[in-house]
Amino acid sequence: MTTKTGAAPLADELATPASNRELFIAFSSLSLQGFGGVLPVAQRVLVERRRWLTKEQFVEMLAVSQVLPGPNVVNLALMFGDRCFGLRGAFAALAGMLLVPTLIVLALTALYGHFAQNPVVTGALRGMGAVAAGLVLATGLKLLTTLKRNAMGLPLCLGFGAVTVLATAWLRVPLVWVILGLGAVAIAVAWTRLRP
Amino acid sequence: MNDITSSDLLGLFGHFLVLSLLAVGGAITTVPDMHRFIVTEHRWLTDAQFTASIAIAQAAPGPNVLFVAVLGWNVAGPLGTLATMTGSLLPSTALSLWATRWGTQRRETRGVRAFTAGLTPLTLGLLLSTGWVLAEPYLLNDAHRWGALALIALTVAVMMRTKLSPIWLVVIGMVAGAVGWV
Repeated sequence: MTTKTGAAPLADELATPASNRELFIAFSSLSLQGFGGVLPVAQRVLVERRRWLTKEQFVEMLAVSQVLPGPNVVNLALMFGDRCFGLRGAFAALAGMLLVPTLIVLALTALYGHFAQNPVVTGALRGMGAVAAGLVLATGLKLLTTLKRNAMGLPLCLGFGAVTVLATAWLRVPLVWVILGLGAVAIAVAWTRLRP
Repeated sequence: MNDITSSDLLGLFGHFLVLSLLAVGGAITTVPDMHRFIVTEHRWLTDAQFTASIAIAQAAPGPNVLFVAVLGWNVAGPLGTLATMTGSLLPSTALSLWATRWGTQRRETRGVRAFTAGLTPLTLGLLLSTGWVLAEPYLLNDAHRWGALALIALTVAVMMRTKLSPIWLVVIGMVAGAVGWV
């Protein structure tokens, strides 16, 4: 890790994980901090704290893991681990993401029956849920600056982003149609803008 | 827990295997079909048990996909968890690794660059949508609207302006909820 932490790094300021062990520990710890979704913590830790990825690289990986089947953060862990140390790295990151949290969630399953009706517990869960929503919103807003360097230009990007929000949050169009329809149009536009 | 035969376990594994490949946008998008298979077709869990399984996973740390582990556990104990988790993760893991290697080798080609540049705005739109979908049930509820809105606004402001770890916000949310402010 570099000494200067905090702000998002540029491409030439990046650090790299030292070993599979460090990958496993980093992904375990970020997974254990993720309540109601790991993505906001992954962004904070991988980009801002450990400086293993630039904002742009993070969004790029996220875009690819979004179109692949399977959980996004899990795909992201696999891709990042594979990029660092090949197959072993991929499995180190994956194991970190899943192993300890699985044991915890199963322990909670065993306890749940006793506390399901307790108003303090349901209130605490409600509060955590609201924070989880805020974390996801903040992550999306923070990553919007990466669109400035997009080949399509900022106005078109914001347009595609806005239509995506309308289609998925308001009209509740199934994701697969958004990706196949709107996604195909956006890729085609980007293709023409990248004309050599 | 149920009397589950090994052919039941195999069926559970196979069903989650197929769903894994359809789970574009995350495992949570296949919940309706898991419900059909586990509750309606096989009657391994009741409606309430199914919903509680998902709620537990949402409240625990870790990726949301862990609700799949809880469902497996509630159907058939440790072997159930093994069946649902490997079924859910095997195909998507293999496909992800293959796709990321294929794409990394061709990163500078026009096709791959157009693919990522085109999908980036959609990805960010989907993040904002997810935030909205998570916030909506609180905001539509008269008893909890203002408390939840305050917490969400605080979270967004702190995340945008400070380097505080998100875990502290989760703790604040937990305490505020436990004492009844939300």
